[in-house]
This record gives sequence, structure tokens and C-alpha cells, in this order.
Amino acid sequence: MDDMSENEFMHGRKHDHEEHEDSSRVEDHSEECAPDPTVHEHKLDLAAVRAKLRNHGGKQYWRTLEELSDNPHFEELLHREFPRQASEWDESVDRRDFLKLAAASLAFAGIAGCGNKPEQLIVPYVKQPDGLVLGKPRFYATAMPFGADAIGVLVESHEGRPTHVAGNPDHPSSLGSTDAITQASVLNLYDPDRAQTVTNAGEIRTWQQFLDAAAAAVSRSKTVAGASLRILTGTITSPTLAAQIQSVLKLVPGSKWHQWEPAGSDGPREGARLAFGRYVDTVYRPEKADVILSLDSDFLASGPGHIRYMKEYYRRRKLTSPSDTMNRLYVVEPTPSVTGATADHRLPLRASEVEQFARALAAKLGLGGSGTLEGAAQKWLDAAAADLQKHRGASLVVAGEFQPAEVHAIAHAINASLGNVGTTLNYIDPVEANPVNQLDSFSELCADMDAGKVDTLLIFGSNPVYDAPHNFDFVSKLTALKKSADPNKQERKVGTTIYLSTHFDETAEYCDWHIPESHFLETWGDARAFDGTVSVIQPLIAPLYRTHSAFEVLAAFTDKPGVTAYDAVRDRLKAAGTGDQEKFWRKTLNDGIVANSAYPPISAALKFNPASLPPAKTPSAGQIEFIFRPDSNVYDGRYANNGWLQELARPVTKLVWDNAALVSPKTAENLQLAQRAAARGGEHGQIITNVIDISLSNSQVTAASWIVPGQADGVVVLPLGYGRKNAGFTGSNKGFNAYMVRTSGALWMASAGSDIIKKTGEDYPLACTQYHFQMESRRKILSAGTLEEYRKNPSFAHEGDEQPSKDISLYKEFAYPGYAWGMAIDLNSCNGCNACVIACQSENNIPVVGKDQVMRGREMHWIRIDRYYKVETETGDPGGPDYDALANPETFFQPVPCQQCENAPCEQVCPVGATAHSAEGLNDMVYNRCIGTRYCSNNCPYKVRRFNFLRFQDWETPSLKLIRNPEVTVRSRGVMEKCTYCVQRINNVRIEAEKQNRPIADGEIVTACESACPSEAIVFGNANDKTSRVSKLKAQTRNYAILGELNTRPRTTYQAAVRNPNPELEKA
Amino acid sequence: MSASQPPIDSPEIRRLTPVLAPGHTYSSVTDKISAIVLTRPISLGWLIGFVLAFSVFGVLNIAIGWLITKGVGIWGINIPIGWGFAIVNFVWWIGIGHAGTLISAILFLLNQKWRTSINRFAEAMTLFAVACAGIFPLIHTGRPWYAFWMFPYPSVMGIWPQFRSPLIWDVFAVSTYGTVSLLFWFVGLIPDLATLRDRSTTKLKQIIYGMLALGWRGSARHWHRYQSAYLLLAGLATPLVLSVHTVVSFDFSVAIVPGWHTTIFPPYFVAGAIYSGFAMVITIAIPLRKAYGLEDFITMRHLDNMAKVMLATGLIVAYGYFFEFFMSLYSGNKFDVFLVHQRLHGPYSPFYYALILCNILIPQLLWFQSIRNNVIILFLMSIVVNVGMWLERFVIVVISLTRDFMPSAWGRYSPTVWDWATFIGTMGMFVMLIFLFVRVLPAISIAEMRELVAETSEEHK
Repeated sequence: MDDMSENEFMHGRKHDHEEHEDSSRVEDHSEECAPDPTVHEHKLDLAAVRAKLRNHGGKQYWRTLEELSDNPHFEELLHREFPRQASEWDESVDRRDFLKLAAASLAFAGIAGCGNKPEQLIVPYVKQPDGLVLGKPRFYATAMPFGADAIGVLVESHEGRPTHVAGNPDHPSSLGSTDAITQASVLNLYDPDRAQTVTNAGEIRTWQQFLDAAAAAVSRSKTVAGASLRILTGTITSPTLAAQIQSVLKLVPGSKWHQWEPAGSDGPREGARLAFGRYVDTVYRPEKADVILSLDSDFLASGPGHIRYMKEYYRRRKLTSPSDTMNRLYVVEPTPSVTGATADHRLPLRASEVEQFARALAAKLGLGGSGTLEGAAQKWLDAAAADLQKHRGASLVVAGEFQPAEVHAIAHAINASLGNVGTTLNYIDPVEANPVNQLDSFSELCADMDAGKVDTLLIFGSNPVYDAPHNFDFVSKLTALKKSADPNKQERKVGTTIYLSTHFDETAEYCDWHIPESHFLETWGDARAFDGTVSVIQPLIAPLYRTHSAFEVLAAFTDKPGVTAYDAVRDRLKAAGTGDQEKFWRKTLNDGIVANSAYPPISAALKFNPASLPPAKTPSAGQIEFIFRPDSNVYDGRYANNGWLQELARPVTKLVWDNAALVSPKTAENLQLAQRAAARGGEHGQIITNVIDISLSNSQVTAASWIVPGQADGVVVLPLGYGRKNAGFTGSNKGFNAYMVRTSGALWMASAGSDIIKKTGEDYPLACTQYHFQMESRRKILSAGTLEEYRKNPSFAHEGDEQPSKDISLYKEFAYPGYAWGMAIDLNSCNGCNACVIACQSENNIPVVGKDQVMRGREMHWIRIDRYYKVETETGDPGGPDYDALANPETFFQPVPCQQCENAPCEQVCPVGATAHSAEGLNDMVYNRCIGTRYCSNNCPYKVRRFNFLRFQDWETPSLKLIRNPEVTVRSRGVMEKCTYCVQRINNVRIEAEKQNRPIADGEIVTACESACPSEAIVFGNANDKTSRVSKLKAQTRNYAILGELNTRPRTTYQAAVRNPNPELEKA
Repeated sequence: MSASQPPIDSPEIRRLTPVLAPGHTYSSVTDKISAIVLTRPISLGWLIGFVLAFSVFGVLNIAIGWLITKGVGIWGINIPIGWGFAIVNFVWWIGIGHAGTLISAILFLLNQKWRTSINRFAEAMTLFAVACAGIFPLIHTGRPWYAFWMFPYPSVMGIWPQFRSPLIWDVFAVSTYGTVSLLFWFVGLIPDLATLRDRSTTKLKQIIYGMLALGWRGSARHWHRYQSAYLLLAGLATPLVLSVHTVVSFDFSVAIVPGWHTTIFPPYFVAGAIYSGFAMVITIAIPLRKAYGLEDFITMRHLDNMAKVMLATGLIVAYGYFFEFFMSLYSGNKFDVFLVHQRLHGPYSPFYYALILCNILIPQLLWFQSIRNNVIILFLMSIVVNVGMWLERFVIVVISLTRDFMPSAWGRYSPTVWDWATFIGTMGMFVMLIFLFVRVLPAISIAEMRELVAETSEEHK
């Protein structure tokens, strides 16, 4: 794929940003939003206000407000953005009155603006910021910290509002693409449920009051023996933040830093220590590998570096002619992941059997140890081992994050023995600032809390009340009382708890201080990417509320509480830079990364022999194995309140808005679990499933069950991240909380007899956007073959196609003399990761409709990803009785946006001409003209049209107004909508090209889906230009049109998927 | 009675069950029919019926009000099933609205005397059914306040409707049909309105009926003009009977959806429409003649004839079903073949079997004279046919959409309480209008009945 032109293009936009002015502008904002200690002082005459309110009927609300505004205190209150002051109103104000006032003050927010900025009038800039053209978006490089990685992004900003996230081509972990979570992160910024002000025990406090409390804690720790400060964080890769923590630790005697990342596993860390005697990180180079074996690793879709890995991996699967070669992927895994579902060979094994597999593989490769597998699995292993050996130095074994240390150590040993180190993978120093065994670290904290050794506890980047192992009983640790001689004097063991988080969530409920956390688009910072590259996090917007970053909170515990993150990051980076420091800083901000800051490969000596491992525990066959996995959308629960992610169909299960206990078809049969399509919504919406009680580890959870073809028998997957009690309006009380049955002894897998699963006898409706999985012998919907078939018959994809001739129409053929926009989607590169879906949602202002509407079959995504299994069963539903066929089905994904038919069935039938053809071949929607007969949707064979059955857009919530892309109409109810090929982007580029009096170059227009796609499966361009990338793809023999026989002549065509199975295994 | 005589309609039977019971004179006919409107007090039965129907009509208003407030999302429709009850009901009502004009116009042109006593209320029923039908295409749009964009009015923007869309053809077909039916009905009413004017006892009635009678004095010239106008309108209405449902069927057959895209639809829709229309006329005629003692005017002869029309059109419909299947299988088109499979074995197959039962199997009983002459069974059977024809539209509109080309997009449809409220609400409106009609206008054409008196008396001479 020619991505250079795309890179250049993105550069061009990025360089719009003439660095410094804007960065300082943002900096000024943060100054403006600094706390004003005087604000809180009026105990404003609430009694009087209440009295006034009571004296007026509800209907006279506006007049009342004006009257109230006469009160200077009240006026001030409004200017301070009233809703945060909610708790100042005591319970005697009834909810209705409060809501009215809250709404009114939100209306006033337009005047009051952010924080305590002065009143502003809407006037043009007197002095326009350099480079800013009103109405033109600008792009800034920043990075999203995520676990032990930071994903480099370019954020689109419209007049100071970040609206859309795209990958940063210069950033090693992005290379210009993103994933669904990164795309959706911008919605978190505007989440209306974010905590907005500092509170202590639910009472609003000023920042200064918090600073005083922090100072008191520090002085206590210095004076009182045993009064120690503890800091509990998630995984941190930010050098600046880590330095800040270290300085606090140094300053405050007895303080300690603990880490707990619920969805981060100690397996890779401890595996490295087992293999090398020290912590190292592994950086893979899938681009260099011909044969890859994944031991339960979803390295293409999760974990550090996954976006880059996906890019590299799929670059080895691009086919231009039958003589091209492809890499080959073997995956051993318990439950189908994005990586495994599209692998060339996939072996479903229980999670615990993966270790046996690894040992047997090591034995097979002659590394010592012993072990064999049963029958077919051993054959599979033999073939994979032979293939790996055949490709020494060009093979790669990847161990899964949630596998124990032993599997990682074995993988290290295998990679070393295959000569892969230095070619397909490198070892680097840990990216984490302070790599520790997090479970030990967290256990230590809990023990110390129990022992009363913790005086002040500062928590950020973690939500332990929700996500700690349930046997830790973290709530009781937070609330336990000291044994005291005086029964009237009750004191907690933990003196002061301070919690920094974006929402007033589960942990906030039990902490004294709650500090609202700034979003990464609101703060300065830095973070290391998976390869060690330092990325600069620069804010796109001043904090929307009185929020603070972790850096600021930590600064409160130092002797310099006023130091801003901006200064710290800048100073730190400048010190690292050489030459002109100012220039270096500007370049770094512009690029988003510190050049050449990646960690160099280290040589790690292997000190491990698989033979030295103690014999593996053999899991007993009759037992049920429960495995815990972070959710593909809400991760460990932190994105639970993100509506885009909630409504995003999970790649394999296609479930939305809920998690479910996943079981294989056979296990479902054994447990007598069933599911069926409901009458309402049916296959495209609502599936009724059985509810089960799971009693595990002295705890119990009630979950909906869900049957997943391809899952290993006897495995129940419990996805983390759901069942949150206090996530916000969107995320609370959805699904079940798998943390309830997760203990420190069995963080990732637990076994128990099948009798611990009990059907409750109840049913639960799950929202699933695609239940029916088979193509009903309609082979030409998704065309797929093997490399061998492709070589034998390069045009297998459209063999036997009927393409009606063009002259049968009554209407004259249109010539398309200018541009002819077209799209090519290479199914060989799609693994259903969903990045495109969210990119499209963000770019095109697509509403979230909620579970109820999804269950009625009304989700609004303009691009959907269809998933098909290559099996024919009686019903085509996973709940059917064909377990053997569904044990390990070949899985295919197909993104389906509007096909932009040249001969569009939708256009013929619209009575008012609201959908019409453009001269460039776009099938345009004229929203203003649409009266909503839905005839077009009925007549669309691809069913890509989406209808606003109700008013799905949120027109009221002020913060959500900011996220909208001003270039795309916000549709109201009663209007049909659909993919436009990002016509706004086409026109932006066209304007520029016409200004320069030149044709639009190939790759200049990048649709949102194309830009997000990490595997470069989607290519957009001018089909009239025979040299364009899209034309070349369309000219391939793999090219075919879905339902071409209907004579729709779609502009979106597909390149058939080609799998590269091992002929050895095929024979068997 | 020079009309062609079908073999089963033997002179003997016709004599046994004449179109007008013997012994009636001009005045007895006039008295009997006009009394329903002018002199009879409001009966308790009428009042209860009207209040019930009016309440159901209220439900319709609530349902539409809520619909306009919230949007069509209150219904069960979704993607892929973009059309649900609204279009099913539209087609059903339009179908019902076929009988009136058919009886009035076509049978008039064919000089079928037996139409005389049923044409008036059949036409009224047509108008009311078209009114019920007309509600649906309007309110089913996402933004009904812009539905007028479907009319070719001179917009300042210079925008016209998209004339290739069958929905636009629908607008013309239905509105033309509605207009011509109304005119036809009204022209036919003029002499009767004059009769009512002349027989009214109160000033108000005299004024109202007088205005509506358009100055009818019954002169020979009036009669001459009236006869030609009526004949012309009958001629004009006749092709419309065939065209309306043909065009309605184009909504489906022009689309590419498997199960819609069929050339047999126009004739089969027209036959189905007449089928359901006659069923509805029977459904109304039987209680009406009972309630107002009109057995002399709506005789067993009428019921027998209508039952025969029902049987004949039902057989055409059955032929349509058969050939729909046959063509799907014969074409070898995988989507069409699949459709057959879906109808027989898919999740909605019970509806299909119920449709076959109601529309094909049960009506075969009409071959028997004894069944045709049993008023109660005939009444029940007419309801069965109406249910069957509704199911037919449900099968065509909804089930075809649930499983079309892309298996990934398959879905299901289930109506909500608002779907039902709207549907039942239109039935309430229909019944309410019928109730009003029988009280304010002569349900049977007085003038034509007088003509019949003259003719029958001649015959009996």
C-alpha cells in the first residue's frame, strides 16, 4: 500500500499548526481556569433563594430566574457554572426545582463559559490567532495514554473544540491509524456525567482547601510516626508523572507507590523475569515474520502496540497478484478474538491448556521439557512447529497477555531458539516507569491498610472499589475503623483518602476527597509508547470544568504546589533536547513525539530452560474454566460511560450495551443454555438468552449467557468492565460485574465444577446487531478462498457472476467525465476491529440510540461490520444444534458502508428526490428534502440506510453540542441518513485543489473509516484515474461487487479474502 | 333484465330471490328508506354503536397525536423492515375501497340491476375506506408535515416530486380515485337529497339537504342531465377501479425486494381488492339490513351474488398465489426460491398458512348454495376473508422485508401497541362514519329503487 502520499497529506494538515501560539494559548486557558479561592465564600443566601422559589409556581420559571438573578450572590453563582454547586442545595429543595435551575444555569453557561472566565460576547477576533481560519479545522498532535502504551493521535479542532481523533502517522504506535477506543476517547471529554468540582465527603470544596489538606497530610507524615502516604495508580508510562511521584516519595517519609491495573496482567512482566531475570518489554515486528504463532494473544487488537502490529501484520497480507506471498498466522486461544477469528489456523484450547501447548511446542522444538497433546491438537502443533522451524529468523511466537509467566518464558525461549530475537522481535527496557508485580504491590497496600499503616491514600488511574479482586474487599479496607478504647471516638484506619478520577464513581463514594480529573485532551503531559518513544500530550482545550490532572494533584504533596504540568513537561523535554531548545520544543509539539526517543533494543540473555519448569497442573476435563478478559469496548470498565463504545457491536459476538458469560455451543448444550431471536428486532436486534448464576470463589454473580461458535468447550468467558454501579448515566447498571467473582488467586482463570453454574430460569434480552451468521449459500456476498485457490484460479472471487449489461436500462448511461469516487475494501485485511465504525460515528455526528432502540433494530452506524462463519447449519444461528460445525468455524468480517451504487435502487423510489446522484457518482442524501417514507431503505439490497425513527440526537446536553463536526448536518427525526463517502472531506480537498487550479491527487481525500483503519483495508479514491490506488485494487482479479447481479453497479467493491492455510494441515 | 345470465344464476333462483321483494310501491320504498334518516328516532343500539366507534376513533386521534409528537419510532418498524402496519393497513383499506366503485360503476355499465340497493352504502364504504387508507401514507412518513412535497405544486424552489417513484404514482392514483368516487357518490345522491329536502320537517334539515340537492326539481331535463353525468362518471370511474390497485401494487413490484418484485402483482392485487371489498360490503350489508329491516331491499339475491363475486375473485387470488410460487421456483433466482422457503418454513410461516386458510380454503365453502344463503355463515366468512386479505398484505409487505438479500441484515418485525391503536383506530373511524352515514343520508338509493319498482312491476305483469 502506498501510504506515503497519505502521510504527506496528514503532515500538510498538521503543519497548519504553527506551534507556539496555540500551545501558549491553551496554556493561558489553564491559567485562567486556575482556582479562585474567593469563589466559594458566600454561603449564598440559599434559604432566601429557596423561599423565593417556593413562592413562585413552577410555570413562572423564567421570570423567577430573572428575579433571582437580581440577587448578586445568585448571579455570581450562575457565573460560576451552577450545576456543580448541586450539593450546596440541601435536600429540602425538591428535585424539580433543582433541575430547573440547573437547566437554566446551563443556558447561562453560554455567557458564563468555562470555569470562571470573564463574560464573553460573540464578536469576531480582534486579533485572529495566527494561522487560524474560522471554519477551518486545525490538527494538533497529542497522545492518548493507555495502559503500558500511548497512542499518538492528531486531533481535529474546530474553533477550539476537539471533535475528532485520527492517528498520528509519525507516531510509532499509531502510524496514522487508531482503534475504536482511541477514536471514542473524544466523547469522554464531553461526557456530561464527568465530575466537575472538588468535593470532600460530598461537599464542594475549593482547590485551595484541597491543597491545605494535602499539605496537612504531608506535615502529618513528617511529624507523626507511622502516618505514611500511599499512592495507588494504574500503569504509568509518563516520565514526568513518574518523576513527580518519585519526588513526592522522596519528600514524604514513609510513602510508597503501589500500582494496580485491573486489566493489565503480570504475566508478561513475570514471564520476562523468569526468562531473563529482569523485567524487559518485547517489541514485535510482525512485518518481518513469515509465520506467526499466537499463544492466546490478541496482539492485533489489544495490548501495547496493537495498532502498529495490525498495520505491520497486514502489510504482509496485501496481494496484488497471485504470485504474491503472504504470512501465515496460527492462533491457539480459548475464545475467538479479533486476531484468532481471522487467523489462517486456529485451535480452540482452554486457557489452561495453552500452557500445555506451549510446553509441548517447546519440547517439539527440542528446547527440553516434555508434553504432548491429544490427537488433532498434536497434529496441529506438529504442523505449526514444522512451519516455525522452516522459517527460522522469520517466525514469531507471541504469548498472550493473560497467560501466566511460564507461557511467556517459554515463548521467549522458543523465539530465541528460532533465531527471531533481533529480527521479528526486540527486547527493550520496560516502558512502564516503575514495573512491578502489580498484584503484589496492591496486596501490600491492602495489607498495610489493614494494619493501619496508611494515613493518607491517594488513588488515581484506578477504580479499586469496583475493580479490585473481590477477596481484597477494598471497601472494608477503606472504611475499617481503628480499635479504640473510647467507643465514642471512632477513627478510620486509613486517615485520609484522596481520589482523582473523571467521574464520581464507585471508589469516589468511599473516599474523602474527590478531585475531578482532566481528560487527556485538557492537560499537558507525556507518556511513553510501547517502544519507549516519548509522546507529548498537549491539551486541545482548556478544562471544561474545574478539573485537575494527576500532575497537579501530586504537586500538592510537594513543596512546589504551583508548578504546572506544562512547565514540568516542557522543562523535562527541553533538558532532553539538543541545540535550539525552543525549536526542539516546537518541533516536538508539532510532531507529537520526541524524535528518536524509542528505547534501543537490548540484548537480554536467556536464563531459562522450559525443562526446568515444575510439571504443569493438568486441568481436569470435567471442570468448567472461567476466564476473565477485558472487554473489547469498555476495557476494564473505564469506558463504560462512553455511549459510542457501548453501542459498538463487539467484533465477534456483535453484542452491544451488555456483557454476557460466553460459552461454546457444546457447553451451552451441556448446561442446557439456549437463546432465540425475539419477535421484536429478531436477528437484527434482540436475542433472548438464559440467565445463569455463577457461584465462584465464595461469591456469586448473575449473568446472561451467550453462545459463541469457536470457543473452546468447557470455557466460560467473563468479560470485565460491566455491572458498574456508578459509572454515569450511560454506563451504570449494564451487564454483570465479573469482578464480583474474580479473586487475587485467580485473576485470569478459575476452574470449578459445572455445578456452580445454575440456570435461574429467567430470560434476559441482549442487544445483538447481527445474530444470523451464515451467508445462506449466497457466496458472492463475501467471497473468500485460500492462497492456493487464488493461485490456481485468480478470478475465483467473481467466477460465475452475472453482471447485467449496461445497455438494458431505459435511462441513458451517465458518463462520469470528471472524478468517479470509489472505494475498495480488501477483505483480506479486515479483522473486524471496529476502528472504522467509531471513526465514522465521530466524523459524521452519528447518534447513539440506546439498548432499547438497538433491540428494535434501529442502530445508526453508517458502516457496519458483518461477520460470517463459513459453515452451513440448519438455522444459521449460534443457538442451533450444530455444535460440531460451530466448534471452530472459519470467520470472516466484511465492513459494509453505503455501496454508492451507480444504478441505485434507493434513488429510483424516493418520491421527493431526497436521495440523488451526483455527477461524481456519489449517492447523495438531501436531508432537508427527506420526508421519511423509508422506501429507499426497503429497496436498498445492502440495507445500509439508517433512519431517525425518533429524535435520536441529543439536542439539549450542552457539552455534547461541542463534539459535533460542524461540517456535517446534525440530522433530526424522520430523516433517512447513510454513508456519504465523507463528502465534506471530498469538498474540503476539492476547494483546496481548485484554489490551486490542479486536480485532486490520489490519496488526498481520506475518508474517516479509511483514516482509522489500522490494516489499511479501506482505500478511497478516483476510480476514473487508472493510476489511483483504488483503481488498481479494483483492477485486481480478487475484485468483486456484492450482489452485482442486481445491476446496482456499486462504487464500493471488495477484494476477496484469501487465507493462507498450511497445506500440511489442510490435508489432514 | 337483459343482462347476460351466468348459468348458475338460473331464472328460477332469481325468481325465488328477487332484487326487490314484491309488493313495494314508489311511496313505500321512499318511506321506508327516508324514514331511517328523517323520522326514526335515534335508537339505543345506534347510540351505543356510535359511541363505541367514536371512542375507538378517539384512540386513533391519540395514536396519531403521539406519533406526531414522538416520531414513527413508536411503531414496530426498523431497519430492515421499513414498512409495517401502516402500509399493510393502507393497502388493505384501499383494497376494501374497491368494491363500492366497482359495484356502482362497472355493474352499472353492465346493467346489473341487483347493484341498485347496495351501491349507495358500498360507495360510502369506499369513500370511508379510502379516507382510512389515506391517513396511513401521510402519517407513516418521518416528517408528515412535509408530506405535501409529494404533490406537484409549484414550489418556489422549482422542485418537483421524483416522478419515477411509485409512491408519486400512488399519490395520483389514490387522490384521483378518491375524488372521482366522491363525485360519483355525490351525483348519485342528488335526487335522494332532494327527496330528503322535500320530506324534511325541520327548517335546518331543509336548508342543509336543500343546499346539497343543488336545486334538484326532478324535471325531465334534470333527469336527462343526471343520467348522462352519472353514466360519464361511471365510465370514468371504471378504469380507476382497475388502476388504483395496479398502481398500489407498483409500490412493491417496481422495487427489487424479493417477494415484491413480481409482474403478477397488478392483476392479483386488483382481484384481491375486489375480493376484500365485497367481503366488506357483505360485512356491512348483513347487519344493516337486519338493523333497519331492509331485507326487502337487500335480498338474499344480493348476498348470493356478492358471495359469488367473492368466490370468483378469491379463485383469482388463489391463482395469483400459485403463480407467485411457481414463478419464484421456475425462475431459479436464488432469492426468490429462498422466499418460497421462508414463507413455508420461516419464522412467519404461521401467518402464511393462516392466509391460505382464510383466503383460499375456507371461501371454497361458497360453492354451496346453502352456505351462500346462510346469513350468519356468510357474515363470518366475509370477516374471515377480510382477515385473510389483511394477512396477505402483512405477508407481502412485512415478511418480504425481514429476509432479503443480505443475511447479515435480516431482522424481525413486531407491531407495538401504537401500531394496533392506529389500525384499530381507523376501524373505529370507519365504523363511526358508517354509523353517521346511515343516519344522515339514504343508505339505499331511493331514486334507483323507485326505478326498480317500475321495472319489477313491469316484469311481474
